[in-house]
Amino acid sequence: MTDLTKLTLTEARDGLRAKAFSATELAEAHIAAVESARLLNAYVLETPEIALKQAAVSDARLAKGEGGALEGLPLGIKDLYCTAGTRTTACSNILGNFVPTYESTVTSQLWRDGAVMLGKLNNDEFAMGSSNETSCFGNVINPWRREGSNMGVGSAGVEGTYLVPGGSSGGSSSAVAANLCLAATATDTGGSIRQPAAFTGTVGIKPTYGRCSRWGIVAFASSLDQAGPIGKSVRDCAVMLRSMSGHDPKDTTSVDIAVPDYEQAIGRSVKGMKIGIPKEYRIDGMPAEIEKLWQDGINWLKAAGAEIVNISLPHTKYALPAYYIVAPAEASSNLARYDGVRYGLREQGRDIADMYEKTRAAGFGREVKRRIMIGTYVLSAGYYDAYYLRAQKVRTLIKKDFEDVFAAGVHAILTPATPSAAFGIGEKGSADPVEMYLNDIFTVTVNMAGLPGIAVPAGLDGQGLPLGLQLIGRPFDEETLFALSEVIEQAAGRFPIPSRWWA
Amino acid sequence: MNAHVRAADPKQRIKGATGDWEIVIGLEIHAQVTSQAKLFSGSSTAFGAEPNSHVSLVDAAMPGMLPVINEECVKQAVRTGLGLNARINNRSVFDRKNYFYPDLPQGYQISQYKSPIVGEGEIVVDVTPTESITVGIERLHLEQDAGKSLHDQHPTMSFVDLNRSGVALMEIVSRPDLRSADEAKAYVTKLRTILRYLGTCDGDMEKGNLRADVNVSVRKPGAPFGTRCEIKNVNSIRFIGQAVDVEARRQIGILEDGGTIDQETRLYDPGKGETRSMRSKEEAHDYRYFPDPDLLPLEFDDAFVATLKAALPELPDAKKARLVSQYGLSAYDAAVLVAEREQADFFEAVAKGRDGKAAANWVINELFGRLNKENKDVGASPMSADQLGGIVDLIGEGVISGSIAKQLFEIIWTEAEGGKALDPRAVVEARGMKQVTDTGAIEKVIDEVIAANPDKVEQAKAKPTMAGWFVGQVMKASGGKANPAAVNEILARKLGLG
Repeated sequence: MTDLTKLTLTEARDGLRAKAFSATELAEAHIAAVESARLLNAYVLETPEIALKQAAVSDARLAKGEGGALEGLPLGIKDLYCTAGTRTTACSNILGNFVPTYESTVTSQLWRDGAVMLGKLNNDEFAMGSSNETSCFGNVINPWRREGSNMGVGSAGVEGTYLVPGGSSGGSSSAVAANLCLAATATDTGGSIRQPAAFTGTVGIKPTYGRCSRWGIVAFASSLDQAGPIGKSVRDCAVMLRSMSGHDPKDTTSVDIAVPDYEQAIGRSVKGMKIGIPKEYRIDGMPAEIEKLWQDGINWLKAAGAEIVNISLPHTKYALPAYYIVAPAEASSNLARYDGVRYGLREQGRDIADMYEKTRAAGFGREVKRRIMIGTYVLSAGYYDAYYLRAQKVRTLIKKDFEDVFAAGVHAILTPATPSAAFGIGEKGSADPVEMYLNDIFTVTVNMAGLPGIAVPAGLDGQGLPLGLQLIGRPFDEETLFALSEVIEQAAGRFPIPSRWWA
Repeated sequence: MNAHVRAADPKQRIKGATGDWEIVIGLEIHAQVTSQAKLFSGSSTAFGAEPNSHVSLVDAAMPGMLPVINEECVKQAVRTGLGLNARINNRSVFDRKNYFYPDLPQGYQISQYKSPIVGEGEIVVDVTPTESITVGIERLHLEQDAGKSLHDQHPTMSFVDLNRSGVALMEIVSRPDLRSADEAKAYVTKLRTILRYLGTCDGDMEKGNLRADVNVSVRKPGAPFGTRCEIKNVNSIRFIGQAVDVEARRQIGILEDGGTIDQETRLYDPGKGETRSMRSKEEAHDYRYFPDPDLLPLEFDDAFVATLKAALPELPDAKKARLVSQYGLSAYDAAVLVAEREQADFFEAVAKGRDGKAAANWVINELFGRLNKENKDVGASPMSADQLGGIVDLIGEGVISGSIAKQLFEIIWTEAEGGKALDPRAVVEARGMKQVTDTGAIEKVIDEVIAANPDKVEQAKAKPTMAGWFVGQVMKASGGKANPAAVNEILARKLGLG
């Protein structure tokens, strides 16, 4: 029997419908894969008993010719999504062993459609990070290795340095790339879906702000956070996003627009579409490999009949600094609820202020504390206008840059997804956090403008590591992104990991 | 501070050692919105439930929870704005006010800072029945209430009750237009009346559903505003007046001793009759207000406002004017009646088809007097408007006299038959309380009284006011039932006074 974990989500779906295998067999294969891959640290909680129970229900439905769009398909869930009865921590000590009594809207829609939960996936603490090195459960390891590096379990040395899977959805990207689930939920506040997808040869889409409900997802920065999937193929992401999307009256920022059948967009012609190439994304010191990748993408889309136009998004360079004001500001307030009073960690203190201080000192990691302090500072009396208000003005200008380009007839914008391929654990940001923040340089603009963006793998760098391209779309036009990404995927091929070296 | 200046009436000034002082007062009223559910969650707002029994996931600020605005609270705020003759802002913004406290689960209060739902307005306040002032309203905004910390439940721990957490409040901010404790009290009284008419806040100060932050400063007449102190959370109208006076005298004392006033937050202790410092300006929180990214700006169109406006009840000022013109009442009586909507409604039910002045007289003097004595409000009156109207009718028809009417009132108030309310006319009939208008019968009584008191007859002839003594005797002899007009007339004739 073929290795069921190597299937894409849609291949597995078709196999289940054709009764080539059962949902239980599919779940068991994935449970075994997850158990054998603990070295990668992609899962922070495995839930095989839930998976098998759900799979049995799916088998019963499938036997009757029933079942939803994701019937019997095993998924991994980022630990930012609250799951009823299953520990949810946002990978922070401050939530301790928090077990929600409620299910996030997005995951409840996945279960509604028949999906199977393998467990909770690692992420940067409260989704703050670009390398999954800030999780209280430890680093996640990228299943990709630099060419020539041949480390075994426990080996060290520069050559054998484990690579990061990107962040904050590093558990999601690592698990999907390593075939530890068919697809995963993720969240994206500044690039947390697209950058890890690019680092692992997987596909990740951050839909338009408001497309997915945020209800039940631990908040990082409310005006930027958006749920989305990471999958093995563009088609897989299309199927996942359809189930994850939809209006939710419990989230007033979610939008009441009908959810299209995104899978129908796969294979749709892109002939005559205008693709913008923004000059501001050609940054100083951009590696030649990234330049070439970008050019390959241009050529593929041109070959498929798209029209390439040079565009300008003049406020791009202000996006990253503005983002690192807005996001920490919102986070500093969103994380105030973790005070030790009602749930999660509590460190006893002399009085209430002492209890707060001890609890938050012990519960939050370095990066989270840094952002709470930055956020508190930029909202303080006397600094608000200079920082927060100005950043919001920049945000408006960034949004307008995109609106102008779209109004001029551009259908989508093509950029690199990241400035480099995956780097080694501990290689970046230890001396200067800004070095790490620069990872988001191509992705944060999309969050600031609330637009949809997809990262699709398009090639390998000189060390044999995957690189991704990003397509940015008009609001609620995810379909065009799927159609264009499919062109790239067809041209570049998919990027399955070369070996299961950890097993 | 705004340059808007209203000078105090000289008689409101406080005499100090260095001359007269004027008090300047502005009030921030926190009024709990009357609604079934909280401002951003579906939890009940019912008072008096077991601790933490009305707490949703949103109220407890569980991870990933999001606020959703309760439209009824928005309507209530708009209704209130209309009742305060204020500008309604079709677009307003909810902000987060950030601070840590155990009864504030989110770590921030959702409030409205720069863009409130209601802008400037004004209300007319009756300081006495004949004197009124116009008080400016600066703004009204919606915000969440906090929970309650309980410090008396455990020797070393404090408990938190979140039933109140997230309940909708309207903060109504006045301009610094008030110049005395009496004006401040009259303002709160009037505001409370308007809110109760609108049905947007029950005004129950005992339950904390209406409370005031009182800003007080003093100045020499005509001088610029002084430094103010804010007295937090005063929860009765009487205490508001006391707090103003006590705080003004404290400030005058400091200033006359050559000191300066520190801007600070203070608490009023009614037991000790003093205010004391809670925190200074330096200790003031930096609330780090910013727009709540979980909520879109609150927007509605003119039609939404127009619909609410069309359905507003008659408000106290309009009702008072109407009672004066429609029923010929004095401004004083009308003011007493409109203080509570239920009182005015009761009056109008009594006055329907009857003499308005007589109805007002009986409602205010007899009914309200009795209710006051028994500490009841009009809703709990054992006597219905129909019953009281029946009494008024019997007087008007000359069936009973005024003094009999008072006895009848007592009977109707206290008695019932088989659990059923008594009909005044039937009682008069059954108990023989009818006024005697039969002149023959009255004459007979008068003749008897005259015959028994020849000396008094002589005196009356010399001094006609003595006739009053005879009237009293005749009424007494008739058990109060003789028609006084007939008694007067016959007596005058018999005594030769006509």
